[in-house]
Amino acid sequence: MTDSARPNAVEMRGIVKRFPGVVANDGITFAVRQGEIHALLGENGAGKSTLMNVLFGILSPDEGEIFVNGQPAQFHGPRDAVNAGLAMVHQHFMLVHRFTVAENVILGSEGSGIRLDRDSTEQRVSQLANEFGLRLDPKEVVENLPVGMQQRVEIVRALYQGGRTLILDEPTALLTPQEVDELYVILERLRSGGSTIIFITHKLREVAAISDRVTVIRRGKTVDTLNTADTTASQLAELMVGRKVSLQVDRPVGNPEGVLLEAKHLRLRGRGALDALDDLSLTVRAGEIVGICGVEGNGQTELVEAIAGLRKPDEGTIEIAGRDVTGKNPVDLRRAGLSYIPEDRHNRGLVLDFSLTENVMLGNIDERPFSRNGLVDYGEGEAVTEQCMKLYDVRAPGADTIARNLSGGNQQKLIIAREMYRDPSVVLAVQPTRGLDVGAIEFVHKQLVAQRDAGKAILVVSFELDEIIDLSDRILVLYQGRIVGEFASGTVDRATLGLLMGGRGLDEREPINAVA
Amino acid sequence: MLLRKHFAGVGKLASTVITSFLAVLIALAVGAILIAISNQNPVDAYRALIDGAFGGRRAIAETLVATTPMILGGLAFAVAARASMFNIGIEGQLVIGSLCGALVGAADLGLSKWLYVPLAMLVGGVAGGIWGAIPGVMKAKSGASEVISTIMLNYLAFRISIYMVTSAGAWLSWVDPQLQATKKIAPNARLPIILDRTRLHAGFLVAIAAALILWYVLFRTTFGYKIRTVGLSRGAAEYAGIAWGSTITKAMFLSGLLAGLMGASESLGLLGRHYDNRSGYGFTAIAVGLVGRNHPIGVIFAGLLFGVLRSGSNAMQAQAGTSKELVLILQALVILSVSALASLEYLRERRARTAAATPTAAAQPATGVTA
Repeated sequence: MTDSARPNAVEMRGIVKRFPGVVANDGITFAVRQGEIHALLGENGAGKSTLMNVLFGILSPDEGEIFVNGQPAQFHGPRDAVNAGLAMVHQHFMLVHRFTVAENVILGSEGSGIRLDRDSTEQRVSQLANEFGLRLDPKEVVENLPVGMQQRVEIVRALYQGGRTLILDEPTALLTPQEVDELYVILERLRSGGSTIIFITHKLREVAAISDRVTVIRRGKTVDTLNTADTTASQLAELMVGRKVSLQVDRPVGNPEGVLLEAKHLRLRGRGALDALDDLSLTVRAGEIVGICGVEGNGQTELVEAIAGLRKPDEGTIEIAGRDVTGKNPVDLRRAGLSYIPEDRHNRGLVLDFSLTENVMLGNIDERPFSRNGLVDYGEGEAVTEQCMKLYDVRAPGADTIARNLSGGNQQKLIIAREMYRDPSVVLAVQPTRGLDVGAIEFVHKQLVAQRDAGKAILVVSFELDEIIDLSDRILVLYQGRIVGEFASGTVDRATLGLLMGGRGLDEREPINAVA
Repeated sequence: MLLRKHFAGVGKLASTVITSFLAVLIALAVGAILIAISNQNPVDAYRALIDGAFGGRRAIAETLVATTPMILGGLAFAVAARASMFNIGIEGQLVIGSLCGALVGAADLGLSKWLYVPLAMLVGGVAGGIWGAIPGVMKAKSGASEVISTIMLNYLAFRISIYMVTSAGAWLSWVDPQLQATKKIAPNARLPIILDRTRLHAGFLVAIAAALILWYVLFRTTFGYKIRTVGLSRGAAEYAGIAWGSTITKAMFLSGLLAGLMGASESLGLLGRHYDNRSGYGFTAIAVGLVGRNHPIGVIFAGLLFGVLRSGSNAMQAQAGTSKELVLILQALVILSVSALASLEYLRERRARTAAATPTAAAQPATGVTA
C-alpha cells in the first residue's frame, strides 16, 4: 500500500451532481489506491450513493472528472464501468430468486451464443468461489440460500465479470454479526488477491474493523480522507455528523418496579417442524429496558406479532399491567396501554402517502381528539401533530407534509412521537434505529431511556447486538423460539452473547440465569 | 417546486389541473393530425365538437345528460380504487341497478313523487351495492382476485337482465318481452326534468351530490380514513388494527351502490325503461376515474370532459362528417395522454424524492428472503 507510484484505482475530482432543488454531490474529491479497502463514510443522505452511482455510470455528473487506473473515464452506463473493471455489489441484491447460483453469476455476461454450456459455467463459478474461500454450490437455487450466502453470489458475479475494483453498498445492512465477520474475512482475501474495495457505510465500527483508509463525506462535500489506523471512532463520528456526538448511551442504572408486561408459556407454530415460539416466557417491569438479541429468524417476528396482537399464540398468555390481553386485536391492545414501534417503518409504521397528521392518527383514529362520532377532526389532529413534531424534533415543513418526503430519521421520530403521545405503559420497540444515521440513533436511544425513566416497561428487539448491549438493563437471548440466556446489564460480553445466539454452548450448559 | 413545498394541497391541485388541461390539448392536436390525414378539416370538426357540446341551451343540457352517468361511474371506480380494489364490474352493477330500479318504477306502486323516486333510486343503488359487495366478500374470505370475480359477475348480471325482460314475462307483468325491456316506468317514479324542454333530469344533481358526499366520506370521516389506509398500505392498516376484509367489502358495496345509482338514473331519468342492451358506460367509468385521479372532485371534471366528448362527437359526425371511429379514437387519445402525463408527473416526483437526499427509502429491505 505504500506503493504510491502506482496510479489510483479510482480517482474522482470535483464531482458535482445536482437534482431539482438539491446538490447531492458538491465538488467531491475521492481517490482509492489500488489494492486497498477504502471506506466511504457518511450519514444517510450525505451523497454516498449518488457518488457511487456517478462512478458506476448510472448517473452522469454535472461537473468533474473520473479516472480509472490513471486513465480518464467517461461512462455512459454500468456496462462501460464493468468493462473498465468496476463492479458493484448492491445493498439490495440484484438476484433472480428462482435461478441457480451459476445462472445468477453469469447473468449479464452470458454471451450472445444460443447454447449455454452449463457444466463449464458451473465449474468456473465454483472455481472462482473456492479461490476466495466463498464456498458456494453453483447448482443451488438462490432463494434457498441465507442472506449472507446471497451476498456471496453477488460478489462472485462481480469477480466473474472481471471486476478488479469492487463497490460494496452498505454490505452489512442485512447481515447477522457472524455473517459480517465472515464478510470481513472474504474482503481481506480479496484484497490479498489484488482487488480494490470501496466499502460504503455509515457505521463507525465497520470502518475501524475492515478499512485501510476512510473518506468522510458530509452534505455532498468531502470532509477528509484519513488512514484508518490514525483515527478514533469519536473523531470519525464528529467528522461525519459535524458536531460532537456521544456514542455511548447515557444510561444511569434503572429502578425497575412492578411487572407491566408478562408473556407466559407462549407457543406459536412455525412453518416447518419446529415451533416458531417454543414455551417462551418473559417479563418486563416498569422502569426497565429489556433487550432481546438473536439472529434473524429465531422467532423475533412471531414474538413481536404475538405481543402486538397481529397473531394469536397457539398456547400461552400475554398480560399487560396484570390484564390478560391474549388474542386481543391491536386497537384493544393500544387501549390496554401498549405502544408499538414496528420494525418496518415504510410498510407498517407509516402510510407513506399520508400527511404527517394522518400518520399521527394511525391507530388512534377512533379516539378523541382525533375523531368524534365517526367524523375526523383534522384541526385537532394537526395541533397534536405539531406538538409531536416540536417535542420530538421532527423536521418537516409542516404537519401537512407527506411522510414519504421525510428522511428515515424524521420518519422514525414521528412514529416514536405518535406512540409516546398515547402515554403507554408498555413500549414494544423493534429494530428502532434500523437504517438511521448516528445523530438519529442517539436521539432514539435517548428517548427510549427517557421513557424508561418515566416508568414505562420497554421491550427492545434488535439484530444489532451493540444496540441491545448499550440500551438494555436486562438482555435475553432468543434462539429457535426459546430464551436461552438472561443477563443483567454489564455482566456479559459480545462473544458470549454471539455464541448463544448461534446456538452454541447450549449442550454443555443449562440456560444461564445471571439474574435469579 | 417552491409552490408545491409550501402549499402542498393547493400546489398539487393546480398542477393537476394544468397537466390535465395540457394533456387534453395534446390529444386534440394529435387528433387534428389524424383527422387531417383522413382528408377532413380538423378546424371544422373541432368547431362542430364545441358547437355540439356548448352551442346553446339544448346542447349544454345534452352535455350534462351525457356527463351524469360518467360522474357516477367514475365515482364508483374511484371509491373502490381508494381501497386498492380494481372494480371492472361497474357495468354489471349498473345493469343490476338499472334493472331493479326500473322494475320498482314499472310496478306502479301508486306512491307520491316524493316517495316513489327516492325508493326506486334506493332499490337500484342497493341492488348494485350488493352486487358489488360480492367480489369484496370473496376477496376478504378467500383472497379471490376482484379483477376476475367482477368480470364473471358482469356476465351473470347480463344474463339475469335478459332473463328478467324476456322469459320472466311469463310470470312477471312488469316487463315487456317484445321490447326486451321493462314496462314503462310510472311517471311518479321518473326522475324529474330539471331544465324545461330538454332531457336534463335530476340524475345530474344526484351525481354532483354523490361526488360531494363521497369527498366528505373519504376525507372527513373515520370510515373514509380507513378505506384510504387500507388502500395505501395493508401492512399499516393491520398495524393500526383496521380490519382489511370488512373495509374492502364496504368500499366495494359503496362502489356498487354508485354504479347502481348510475344505472337507475339512466333508466329512471333518461330512458323511461330498463332496456337489455349494453351501454359500455361501466367500462368508460374506469377511464373517468383514472383521469379524475380517483378524487371525487376530479371525477366531476373528468366526467364533464367525457360528457363533452360524447355530446360533441355526435355533432362532429352529423355536421362535419367525421367518422364515428375517429371520434372514438379521439376519446382514446384523451384518456391515453391524460394518464401518460399523470404517470410522467408521478415519475418526476419520485425522482425528485429519491434525489432529495433521502436514500433511506432503500434502507428498508423488501427482499422477502428471510422468514
